[in-house]
Amino acid sequence: MSKLPAAFALVAGDKQADRVVPPTGFTARLTIFASAAMAFLAVFALALSLATGRIAAQWDAALAQSSTIRVSAPQGQVEAQVQAVIEVLSATPGVADARVLSDDDQRALLEPWFGPDLPLDTLPVPRLIAITETPDGYDTAGLRARLAGEAPGAVLDDHTRWREPLVRAADRMRLFGLVSLALIAATTAAIITLAASAALAANAQVIGVLRLVGARDTYIARAFVRRYTLRGLAGAGLGTLVGMVAVWLMPGDDSTGGFLTGLGFAGPEWFLPLLIPPLAAAVAFLATRRAALATLRERP
Amino acid sequence: MKTGEPGRVIELDEVSYGYGGVPLLGNVSLKLTPGSFHFLTGPSGAGKTTLLKLCYGALTATQGRVEVFGQDVRTMSRDEVAMTRRRVGVVHQEQQFLDHLSLAENVALPLTVSGRPTEAGEVADLLTWVGLSNQKASRPPELSGGERQRAALARAIIMSPEVILADEPTGNVDWEMSIRLLQLLVELNRMGKTIMIATHDLNLIRSAKAQVQARVLRISNHQVQLAGADL
Repeated sequence: MSKLPAAFALVAGDKQADRVVPPTGFTARLTIFASAAMAFLAVFALALSLATGRIAAQWDAALAQSSTIRVSAPQGQVEAQVQAVIEVLSATPGVADARVLSDDDQRALLEPWFGPDLPLDTLPVPRLIAITETPDGYDTAGLRARLAGEAPGAVLDDHTRWREPLVRAADRMRLFGLVSLALIAATTAAIITLAASAALAANAQVIGVLRLVGARDTYIARAFVRRYTLRGLAGAGLGTLVGMVAVWLMPGDDSTGGFLTGLGFAGPEWFLPLLIPPLAAAVAFLATRRAALATLRERP
Repeated sequence: MKTGEPGRVIELDEVSYGYGGVPLLGNVSLKLTPGSFHFLTGPSGAGKTTLLKLCYGALTATQGRVEVFGQDVRTMSRDEVAMTRRRVGVVHQEQQFLDHLSLAENVALPLTVSGRPTEAGEVADLLTWVGLSNQKASRPPELSGGERQRAALARAIIMSPEVILADEPTGNVDWEMSIRLLQLLVELNRMGKTIMIATHDLNLIRSAKAQVQARVLRISNHQVQLAGADL
């Protein structure tokens, strides 16, 4: 039998074969509840994983488009070196804009640490030049070399040291999301295995009768596997639906909300949670089949 | 499935079996030929049920060889054991049924699990033959001991097996019902079925010997011996 008709047969079922195993109320409810709860969590783990990657990419892109030059020089040479830097930048491909921060801009930057009314002119604060890059960016190594020649007191900060930990953190968060999904799948498998094993143990007499009259292990297993697969599918479908609604109801992305308001799905990502119910059904199928065949092999 | 050597359907060759290291059967040899009728007798705990279970692959001999339809049980896969059981009708001592199914569904169970279409007429005819046509919709717990025994016999033969192994089939019924069940088994034997009945009821054996040529085997001291003429 090919896989497609086999899958169809599993869903369609065999009315007579289904009747040979009596209904199992408790384990049925447990399986549906566990699948629903795990699917709900899986939706959030997936949303977290996707949102982390997306937000990190946004932050990375924003930082990658800007850089800063810090000019520290002895009194009297600062303005000349700032002017030299501006000239170098104006001749550098990939630099869209270069702006020397005014005293008010620098005061505003330092205010959170030093308080208002900072006497900048009495402090050895370096001058800052904000660079906006073109989408292609500039040659960092070449710019550094030219600055070293034209303005020895200028130091280029291309934000690499900020971006690297951010990217590492984002990657780690994405990994946590994927590990969470794997743990959710494993937990679902464990719960369904326990439920199926309980049902098999409760039906020991039924299994004995079926073996006595010539039923193959696969026939007996199929009756259990079909039930638990469909329960896993139904529970996960419900949990996924509720999870998607919950994600949809979360506050929208805005600049002040930061990370939490970006948690969710964007565009075609909304189709990804729809994979959870069939995957949960596959987990239920494999877990029940393994439990059923292992239990049956222990019987004469 | 392999076809067995003509002249024997089940053969035990120097078979031993024990529970927890305690020997129950030792070096038992036995051949059931097609169409033969055997009684297996002996005191309770002598190993009658164990011997029957060895014959249909529910137990595996600790020593020796059991062949069913020419195939060594030890080398059979679980699927092959299942297929063999479709050719061996078993009337179990505990009259195992599925209580959530009707009597008709229980009797048709061997057809259901083998994927064969269940003809309502076939089940109805069989229930009529064992005198249970009015109880076909009843659940097993609603039946008397005798009715359950007859239902177990009907289920055992619905696949038209070549061999019928009955373990104390008259254990829970009165004498009149015992004779009725015996007559059904004798009738099956006349149709060519190989029959082996485990029982401790010597009166039943004597009654059967008046109707059919039956060999009586007695389990004693872990051995199976041909019983004497005193039966």
